[in-house]
Amino acid sequence: MARTKSARALRRTGQTILIWAFVLLFVFPFLVMASTSFKLPDDVFSAPPRLIPETWTLQNFVQAVTEIPFLTYLGNSLLVSGLAVLFTLVASPLVAYSLAKIGWRGRRPLLLIVMATMMLPPQVTMVPLFLLWNGLGATDSIIPLVLPALFGTPFLIFMIRQFLTGVPNELLEAARIDGASEWRTYWAIVLPQARPALITAGIFQFVWSWTDFLNPLIYLNDPSKYTLSIGLYSFFGEHTVEWGPLMAASLLFTIPALIIFVVFQRFFVGGISAGAIK
Amino acid sequence: MSTARASRRGARRQTLLGLAFASPFIIGGAIFIVWPTIASALYSFTDFNLFQAPRFVGIANYSQMFQDPTFWKALVNTAVLTVFGVPLTIVISLVGAHLLNLPVFGQPIYRALVYVPTIVPAVVGGYLWRWMLNTEYGFVNYFLGLLHLPQPLWLDDPAWGKPAILLMCMWTIGGTTIIYLAALKEVPAELHEAAQLDGAGFFARFRNITWPTISPVTLFQTIVTIIAYLQIFTQPYLLTQTRLNESSGGPGQSMLTYAMYLYQNAFVFLKMGYASAMAWVLFLITLVVTLLLLWSSRRWVHYGSDEER
Repeated sequence: MARTKSARALRRTGQTILIWAFVLLFVFPFLVMASTSFKLPDDVFSAPPRLIPETWTLQNFVQAVTEIPFLTYLGNSLLVSGLAVLFTLVASPLVAYSLAKIGWRGRRPLLLIVMATMMLPPQVTMVPLFLLWNGLGATDSIIPLVLPALFGTPFLIFMIRQFLTGVPNELLEAARIDGASEWRTYWAIVLPQARPALITAGIFQFVWSWTDFLNPLIYLNDPSKYTLSIGLYSFFGEHTVEWGPLMAASLLFTIPALIIFVVFQRFFVGGISAGAIK
Repeated sequence: MSTARASRRGARRQTLLGLAFASPFIIGGAIFIVWPTIASALYSFTDFNLFQAPRFVGIANYSQMFQDPTFWKALVNTAVLTVFGVPLTIVISLVGAHLLNLPVFGQPIYRALVYVPTIVPAVVGGYLWRWMLNTEYGFVNYFLGLLHLPQPLWLDDPAWGKPAILLMCMWTIGGTTIIYLAALKEVPAELHEAAQLDGAGFFARFRNITWPTISPVTLFQTIVTIIAYLQIFTQPYLLTQTRLNESSGGPGQSMLTYAMYLYQNAFVFLKMGYASAMAWVLFLITLVVTLLLLWSSRRWVHYGSDEER
């Protein structure tokens, strides 16, 4: 009896150690980033590397925000992500509602189109989209990064639509019988019901825009318009890299995404699994 | 009579409503998806450098690809990354999901920590790994040294560039792992308990119960991961970036991927026609691989309904 108990405890300990080892692989790079950002230059370039700084310093953070127009880049990143979230939350649920709850003939074909566009490699539309924005004189502004969201994002439309199919029709019928217009039904009944899906869509869009590299790379040339994704390269010199300030800036750049993650954690998991498990 | 007319009027009203609510996507899809797709197909048959009007060249862009050694280099690099990256992603995610499914204290925190790297800005991840892979001051080689393992030159060695990319990609498999975790929850616990009573070990139970049950999820994840690897751009670009708008592609272009070469053609060499043709070839490759996988899935994917056989 006692033996099985201790065997179980041993097993539990073994499992915990295995899990710790696995999780540490994912956490360790964050420790390196944090450690480097608090180190003095001499300490950054010490071999072998040390995880705990010899002297703790905030110098890298000062350099990170003063050596490059960090606040401008941060403002641009916030503006791009904020607008993209706002736009997608206006448009995507409208389209999702049409696909989930309005009985019209075009809705199945349209749903197929939405799903098909999710499979199209972005490289196919990349060149003509650039030419389109270039022709409209909108390159070198954040417009190409945010305006498409105002027309709905296929993946998010699909996700919200999946959620809305689960909202009972009786709820909508009751409102319609009471004489509510379709808009009013949508606004007062459906949107409040869809809150979890809307939050998930919002945080997904935020993280995409916040972490995006390719689109800012293609569209932004004027340094005053740079987002942090593009601006961080300023710490790379001809032959050297200022690793201390770069890691400090990276840490500051990561923190907003981390906050969103911690606050909305349960919505992330629901959102990721929604697409895969039916 | 009148009810039929009324219902016809009702149907028309529904159609108008449906169109109205869907109008953002109908308009936006036409502008940002359908038109660019058509235009891209047309550009792929032209010589176009942004400053002069496109000139029709027939299939010249497509035939040029066959003779372009850099094209082949990029294609082979991408294929190598896909062939190694996809199985690694699936296996590590599956192992990770099993570990994170064990009922230990602090489980939700461990799950969150494994997922967190996926929400880190791509540039941050790229530069962080460049730093960790630094041959003199980086932690990766430091640990390899502690274990008395060889310390490669990573980003400076043509043989080690691709492993470096894969290493960086493995850091962000949290999404795949979380999906597998959700799938594991669907595996009937009674089956496991019954098999355990019959004396089946962990691997026998995994092979006969878990693996068949989660095979539809594996199919989905394999397809999504393959597509991601075929289009891989950001990670290798950041690891070999030499200027803001340029990346070297690593020593001997050993880290130049298909999407990187496509980007170069479009925005560095301004060969818009050639880039468009490359995009269509990529699309076709993606389509063929996906269809092959779906076709093969009949042999190894088990859906609930045909369990009765």
